[in-house]
Amino acid sequence: MAILPMKRILICGMKKDRKEVLEFLQRQGVVEITSPAAQDDVFTSTDMTSSSVQFSRSADTCEAALKVLNDLAPAKSGLLADYTIIDREEYEKRVALCGETMKKADKIVRLNKEIAELTAEIPRLEIQNEILEPWKNLDIPLDYEGTKNTKTIAGTLAGKQTLAEIYRQISELAPEADAYDVEIVSTSHDDPEMTCILVIVHKDQADLIEDALWHMDFSKAPLSSLNPAEEIVSYNKQIEEDKKQIEEAREAIIAMADEREHIRFTHDYYAMRADKYDALSRLAQTERTFILSGYLAKRDVPKIEPKLSEMDVLVEVSDPEPGEDVPVKLRNNAFTSPMESVVANYSMPNTREIDPSAVMAIFYYVFFGLMLSDAAYGLIITIACAVCLTKYKNMAAGMKKFMKMFLYCGISTTIWGFLFGGFFGDAVNVIATTFFNRPDIKLPALWFEPVASPMKLLVYAFVFGIIHLFVGLGIQMYEQIRDGDIKGAIYDVVFWYMLVGGLIVCVMTVPMLMQDMFQLSFVLPLSVRKVSLIIALLGAIGIVFTAGRDSKNWVKRIMKGLYGVYGVSGYLSDILSYSRLLALGLATGVIATVFNAMAAMVAKGKGIVGVILFIIIFVIGHAMNLAINALGAYVHTNRLQYVEFFGKFYEGGGRELDPLTENTKYYRVKEAK
Amino acid sequence: MDNLGMVFGLTGAAIAALFAGIGSAVGVGIAGQAAAGATSEKPDLFGKVLVLQLLPGTQGIYGLLIAFITLSRIGIMGGQAPTTVQGLLYLAACLPMGFVGLGSGIHQGKASVAAINLVSKKEDQFGKAMIFPAMVETYAILALLISILSIFGIK
Repeated sequence: MAILPMKRILICGMKKDRKEVLEFLQRQGVVEITSPAAQDDVFTSTDMTSSSVQFSRSADTCEAALKVLNDLAPAKSGLLADYTIIDREEYEKRVALCGETMKKADKIVRLNKEIAELTAEIPRLEIQNEILEPWKNLDIPLDYEGTKNTKTIAGTLAGKQTLAEIYRQISELAPEADAYDVEIVSTSHDDPEMTCILVIVHKDQADLIEDALWHMDFSKAPLSSLNPAEEIVSYNKQIEEDKKQIEEAREAIIAMADEREHIRFTHDYYAMRADKYDALSRLAQTERTFILSGYLAKRDVPKIEPKLSEMDVLVEVSDPEPGEDVPVKLRNNAFTSPMESVVANYSMPNTREIDPSAVMAIFYYVFFGLMLSDAAYGLIITIACAVCLTKYKNMAAGMKKFMKMFLYCGISTTIWGFLFGGFFGDAVNVIATTFFNRPDIKLPALWFEPVASPMKLLVYAFVFGIIHLFVGLGIQMYEQIRDGDIKGAIYDVVFWYMLVGGLIVCVMTVPMLMQDMFQLSFVLPLSVRKVSLIIALLGAIGIVFTAGRDSKNWVKRIMKGLYGVYGVSGYLSDILSYSRLLALGLATGVIATVFNAMAAMVAKGKGIVGVILFIIIFVIGHAMNLAINALGAYVHTNRLQYVEFFGKFYEGGGRELDPLTENTKYYRVKEAK
Repeated sequence: MDNLGMVFGLTGAAIAALFAGIGSAVGVGIAGQAAAGATSEKPDLFGKVLVLQLLPGTQGIYGLLIAFITLSRIGIMGGQAPTTVQGLLYLAACLPMGFVGLGSGIHQGKASVAAINLVSKKEDQFGKAMIFPAMVETYAILALLISILSIFGIK
């Protein structure tokens, strides 16, 4: 319901107790530890960053090992991550095993790296094999240089060439050479065409022949210290060996799959220690003592104070000084707490504001339901969320809030669906007509059908919008009055109530608008119009004189005031913005109708096959419609809250309380009572 | 020339589905490229960027909606064939959705690209990132509203 009052806490004690104190605070998870004031001669802070970093690295290694395990030996896992709860005794028992487990996690990561390296080596060897393939008939190593008097040159010529042709070309390019012998090792037929040759030449003419060969587009053969055929065999052996090693490493990893739970615990353990050491470096310390300063909510004080006093430390709880950067913590009941994350997504309230969650909640659920407005979709969302919430009792707090929010949104959607007679669109009527030939059966709308009278729903959308906006303005007024700024409340809120409210009432006296456009049955009498116009005018005059009250100069002030009145166009667009309630509500219903019509068209008169086709189209169509429109309803509900509603009063800019806590991923420790 | 009304009406339905559909296709397309890029760097962001990618997709659905309502009233999927004047009225009624859908779909896509960039840099700002593309959609919703009210208003 509100922002919790905060207290500043100061804990002073002997250095030997500091770990115990920190561990206790971490377990309680309610105190934010602030950085020490500037260092001086007496107090220093110990830099524990290196240990903290080391623990984080260990936690990361565990996480990497878990990922490897998941790839090679996937564990059965549910849809959502859930915490495992253990008690303190079990925790201590497991902590003792952490060192051992860490070694195993390291080994998994190392083995995985080995697999990656070996896997990369195999294609490299295969390419070597391919390059050597044309030379495999050669019975000397390719790096053989020749005898005392001869030189051996191995290489390839582009294209398919015969021996005679090669001799002819050489003799043309090097006419004086005569002591050489050319041998074709192989010719390859497929792309690229090439001829592998071996030339043996007398050392005196080697340069001559080489020159000639270069002119013939000659390139040297790859080197091999063994005969090419033997080399290929050895490469193949290497590949086999690599594959075997990969398989062995893989099996070694899979054999460690049982360690998964231990590695998870070790991850949490090191993540927690990293946080603790991080906090440690934020303490102000002397040679023998330490001082810890921080914030906590007032209601959490009794939770930690008695225990701390038992620990031989001095605890001092005081009210924060004005102007201090106090963090914010929100507290709400089950119905309104899901809104906290919506608020946090925008910005946390600052310490001077009220927590808007509670006021927002009802509007949020109503608007979401109105935009989706289909009973079947609502039931699907409600049941899905309810099942998740009961099945995964220990899910992360943020996820839980999100689920709860959609649970309430789903309930609201169901209610609106029945009010508007939507259940998978007009599915009841379509099924009755197509399969039972009973076009008279349909789900009656408890209130009215939006497709039949969209104007009526538009009017209600505007009414909801005006209420929403006026409540926002009301919060602004409440805050100003609470702070003693009664004049401000009149200038900034009451005048606007008069201007906007007066204009709205005035609109309600125009018969053309009311009856022809909005199809309403009542019109306010003309006398009301006069009164409402006068009220609106008074409001406008008030705004002209007060909106610019920051300026001393009267001319400037009136100019600013006139600009202030122009803000009425802002209200017009704000109210019009709520027409999305109608548009999105209609969209869900009409698109559902489209899919029903399509399914019915295909199924008509086809008997059993028709029923199957109907079900297929129906399921796919409605799944898509639900997904798209639930997303739309979520986005636009948020928009109405953030832009139209928050725009009227909300500042934000607060900082959320960030307590030292057991920030784990897989395990939670239950405290013994 | 008896069916001229129906021809105009169908043209209107086609314009609504056509242009709004193109707008959304372009918007979701460019947002999808950005989303894929963001996911290649941070696979964990998939869920969030997918939501942002889908935001410009609604124009196409609104276009479909207008087209369908029109079809169900001009004797193609129900209702009866309109007169030439009524047909022209249907055509006019479909124009806002078609054209605004085209423009807003493309520009909402661009806003989505920017929002995806924002989320890939600051993951916790998802709530705000979602609002920027949603601002553009306001105009598609207003056009949808006028198109719907016009179609329902044709007697």
